[in-house]
This record gives sequence, C-alpha cells and structure tokens, in this order.
Amino acid sequence: MFLDLFYGLREARVPVGIQEWQALMTALEKGLHGSSLDRFYHVARACLVKSEAFYDAFDMVFARVFHGVEGSLDVQQELLEWLRDPKNFRELTPEQREALERLSRDELMRRFLETLAKQTERHDGGGRWIGTGGHSPFGHGGEHPTGIRVGGPGHNRTAMKVWDERRFRDYRTDATLDLRQWKVALRKLRRLTRDGQETELDLDETIDETCRNAGEIELVFRAPRRNNVRLLLLMDVGGTMDPYFEPMSRLLTALHEEHGLRELRAYYFHNCVYDRVYKTGLLERRESLATGELFRQLDPRWKVMIVGDAAMHPAELLEAYGSIDPRNEVPTPGIRWLERILDFFERVVWLNPDRPASWDSTQTTKLLRRMFPMFHLSVDGLSEAVAALIGARKAA
Amino acid sequence: MSGSDFLRFQGTPGYITSGPLVDAVNCAIALERPLLIKGEPGTGKTLLAGHVAQGLGLPMESWHVKSTSKAADGLYVYDTVQRLNDARFGDGDVSDIRRYIRLGPLGRVFSAENRHVLLIDEIDKADLEFPNDLLLELDEMRFAVLETGDEIRAKERPVVIITSNNEKELPDAFLRRCVFHFIEFPDRELMKRIVAVHHPNLESNLLDQVLIKFYWLREQSELRKKPSTSELVDWIAALLRAGISPDQLEAHIPFVGALLKTEQDHDALGTYRQRGGKLPKSWSDLGPRYNQ
Repeated sequence: MFLDLFYGLREARVPVGIQEWQALMTALEKGLHGSSLDRFYHVARACLVKSEAFYDAFDMVFARVFHGVEGSLDVQQELLEWLRDPKNFRELTPEQREALERLSRDELMRRFLETLAKQTERHDGGGRWIGTGGHSPFGHGGEHPTGIRVGGPGHNRTAMKVWDERRFRDYRTDATLDLRQWKVALRKLRRLTRDGQETELDLDETIDETCRNAGEIELVFRAPRRNNVRLLLLMDVGGTMDPYFEPMSRLLTALHEEHGLRELRAYYFHNCVYDRVYKTGLLERRESLATGELFRQLDPRWKVMIVGDAAMHPAELLEAYGSIDPRNEVPTPGIRWLERILDFFERVVWLNPDRPASWDSTQTTKLLRRMFPMFHLSVDGLSEAVAALIGARKAA
Repeated sequence: MSGSDFLRFQGTPGYITSGPLVDAVNCAIALERPLLIKGEPGTGKTLLAGHVAQGLGLPMESWHVKSTSKAADGLYVYDTVQRLNDARFGDGDVSDIRRYIRLGPLGRVFSAENRHVLLIDEIDKADLEFPNDLLLELDEMRFAVLETGDEIRAKERPVVIITSNNEKELPDAFLRRCVFHFIEFPDRELMKRIVAVHHPNLESNLLDQVLIKFYWLREQSELRKKPSTSELVDWIAALLRAGISPDQLEAHIPFVGALLKTEQDHDALGTYRQRGGKLPKSWSDLGPRYNQ
C-alpha cells in the first residue's frame, strides 16, 4: 500500500525520489506517525512533498490510496489546464465563436459550470474557457480596448478577453514552477563592466602600491563590476496571445526578479508596434509613449526583446491605417515601425510562444521571421535568444 | 523499532500551532534534516524557530539572510584587514591566524558544546546559488577552515529551521534534503484565537465585522499585496483607539492605510467604490469557503 502511494505520486507528477522515500521510512521507523492516519498524513507530506504547489496532488493521491476514494477533479484545476493549452482556442467553429461573443461573461461562467457538471467528454461548447475562476467583483470588463473590436473583420482567432487586466499581476505571484530555469537562462544576459563609485577594495593593486610605498599601507579602491546590459522588452498582449499567459508570466517574473540588469523597460502593444507603445497591458493612451520617443530616449546599445506570436492579419502589418484598434489611426504601416526598431537598435530578437513548426503556416509570422532572429518562448529558446543578444554578432 | 529517544516539540503557550506543523517539526528533529518553512508573510515563520528553541529548551542562533549574503559568511570570515592593521601597529599576535577567523552563525552552532536551534531566515533573499553552496555543510554538519586547516564539526547536530518567502525557486538538490512544511493562512477560527492573544477585550460583533472586511480584501485579486495577520492586528488597534462601532464598519473601511500599503491598491479600492461596488456586511457576502 505504501508503494502505491509512492508510485501514485510519481504518476501524478509530484517529484518524489528515493531520498524522500527513505526519509519517510526512517520517520516511520522512529514512530513519528504515532498510530493515527492523520499524523501519518502529516509526516508523509512533510517528507515527500517539497512545495505547496504539489499539496493538492498529494492530497488526491493520498485519498485514493488510503480510502479507496477517487480524488475528484478540481474545477479550477481543469479550467487552468484548459486555458494553458492553446489548441483549444483554435478549434472553435465560427458559429461557436459568434455565439460566444454575444454572451455576457456571467452567462458564460454559468454555462461553463453547467457544461462541466453535465459533460464527461472534454471537448464541447467553447464556453469552458471563458469563465475564469477569478471572476472579480472589481470587474473592469468593458475597459479593455479589444472589447471594442468584438466581431470585427479579419481575425484568425477569437478576440474576446479572458483574463482582463488581472493577468500581469497574477503572473508575478503564481508562476514559480520552472522559474529557476528561466532565470538561469537569463543569467547570461550580462556584460560586466566597472564604472560608478569606487567602493571595492582592490587587493592586488593595494598590495602592489603598499610595496611601492615601502610598507606604508596604500589602499586602492575600484568600482565594483556590474552588469551593463539594458533591456527593452516589447510585449504583445490580448487576443491571440491570451493562451500564452503562462510562459509570458514566467519571462516577466524572471526578468523582474533578475536584479542584475542595468535597466529594464517594458512596453506593451497589440499585434504589431505602431506609433505608440503602452506602459501597461491595458493599452491606455494616457499611459503610453510615442515609439519615436524610444529612439530618442534609448541608445542603440539597448538590447531589444520582442515577445509576440507575430500572427495577425496581413493588413495589420503591411497596410497604411492597418491597426486593428479603431482609436489608432496611423498612416505608417506596422512593418515600417518594426523596420525602424530593427535599424536603430544593434541587437533585436523576437520570442514567439507559438510552436516553431507552425511559424511558416502564418503569413505574417513567416515574413517577420525573415526580418528578426526568431526564437521559441521556452527555456531553450530563451537561452538561444540571450546568446543572440550578447554573443558574437553573426556576419550580415 | 521504538526509537523515541529524540526530542519532541509540543508547542508553546505563546505560539498557536497546528497539528501538521508540530508533526513536521518533529519529523525534522528525528530525521536530523533541515526544516524548510514556507508561507505568506505574517504567518509566523520566523517566530517558529524561537518557539521551537523555547519548547525544546535549547539555545538559538539566527542567521538573517540578505541579498548580499554569501554562503561562506555563515561559516566563517577571515578578518584580513584587522590582521593587517594589527601588523602595522604591533597589537597582538599576528602570527596566529586563528585569532582573525570570525565564525559565522553556522560555524558558531557547529563548534558549540551543546545542541542549538539554528534559524536561517529568508534563504530566498540571497543569490540563486546560495542554498547549493550550503548543501555539504548542512548534510555533514562540518566544514574546514582553509586558512588554518582546522575542521569544525558539530558535536550535536543542530535543529535547522529555514524560512522562505517564495521570492526565488530553491534548487532541487537542496529541497531533497529538507523536510518541508507550508504554513497556510489562518482560517477564521484560528484567526479569532490569534486576535484574542493581542486584543483580548474585543467585542465579538466588532471582531466579526473586522474579519469580514479583512478576508474580503484578501480575496480581491486586484490587490498587489494582501493584508496579513500583523496588519490586521495593527488595524484593530487603530479601530479600538478611534472607538469605531460595528455599525460604522459596515459601510466603510476606516484607516484602510493600515491594511493596504501600496498606492495601486488604494487606487484599486477607490475605483471599485466609485463604480458603486459594495462592501460585504456579513459572512454570507463572502464566498462559500467562509460559510461552511
């Protein structure tokens, strides 16, 4: 029975190894569990599980093994999984999409719960993915600019907002899994130079000078080494980017916590960069900056990372007045703005959350990938992107 | 096998613990492994070590980790500057390097005659590699002083308690060696007991109103920083001093500054109120989690 617990946990993807198992065995030998199942549960959890993220999985496996009770699937959990999987967003029929767009959010939430209760198979009425668990009483529903363009022409995929403006706040607290790997990848984003205040004792130089000084101590200070990399992050938000909130959040959190960068600036855009970039994911005009201002304020040595799926209607990229946001009347096509960014900055990379295999099947992605060095938004892709930003420049 | 010959922690009067926490502490003591404690700020992670020490009757040593802390600082520091200074001015015996080895918290605990409780507080504040650098030392409870060749080895393995605020992910190799416990945020009943420790004379209907508002605020995902227990206690102190009645609390949250500490959070609440959002008046206005 105990081994059932062990393998059950491993099946549920809880990282349990021999070392943890031995710890539990030792604890049992010492009689720590007393004679109650409750205390055995506490001891087993303390020994086997190393993160609160796995507490839930542990509970389900434990209940199954020791009560013969089937761990019931958490509504919230299934929903999150659903949202995480981008392919669920593409398989909606036009009718479903249209129906969805007409529904209010409350209605969707109710339908979602109903469907979930009735259905046993996974794939049915796209209502599921709308009713997020975090249905907030603060409700800013109508504020997001994409709300305006519901039902508008020329979208490959549905544009309805799923996470509202909540998403980026949540990113910073929730996404900790694998965060370490992301940070390790970002570690290489470093150019160490010495400048600024001379606060560090230079031991070698001090000894040297002291000797020259016939034994009178002569302290020599130098500026500490620090990272000289400045990073400009441009992020696509909304619409087709919604399924990718998780990898985006990891990147943001990792960058946010990576205090090594000399300077970090992050701006948002929707689908393509035009004349303005926005300071928040809400894309409000009063919280925005003219794209031209970037060229004035920053110098070409800034590293630029663009995060986006590069998938849009070709008109959005190539035609004048192409912006999908009706408030945004810009004569210059998006591609000109992207070219300006590419020309001005020495190093620019594009991180794409879509699977690399699908890049060539979207017209705009295919085009942009020829312009920008494009990498997959994953730990490996990020490492490569960082290498492209920092490493030796390839011959043009 | 019996093997009940290890110290057991039973809790102390000044610290309200839950069953799982006590079991986790005893597990760590018995297995002689570090106990890793995580949980929201304000759930008493740091206090735990002091009360474990008190409960077991052991002396305690704390190491408060900072972003600049290095693993080696916890073992020992070789005070070269002092030695150089002494050499110049002829104070003391410069030839004895041992005089300039200053033991850190880990070094002091290892070299002590009796068993200690060692608190390594907020280990996630330090560099990513910090926990990895301590693996061997915590495993074998010994280290060598390179300058003198001395080995410092713990005579009695200390009870090591490590806290983390989840600011950084800890490395797997480190986690494998720890016993882990996550302190959950206190529920309504436990919170009432905790508040009673600080404000024993609080009226019960006022307390209810206070807790309704408090848990409601915590439910709001818009808030960047959720108010914690310590903020609740401060807030109640402010309410009591101003003589606020339960009725006044129903429609307002006075002294909200005691609970919300960032401008964005104030703005978020303000926007919510401007839009005509209502504050909860009873437990039934909160979610089903609070009405069982």
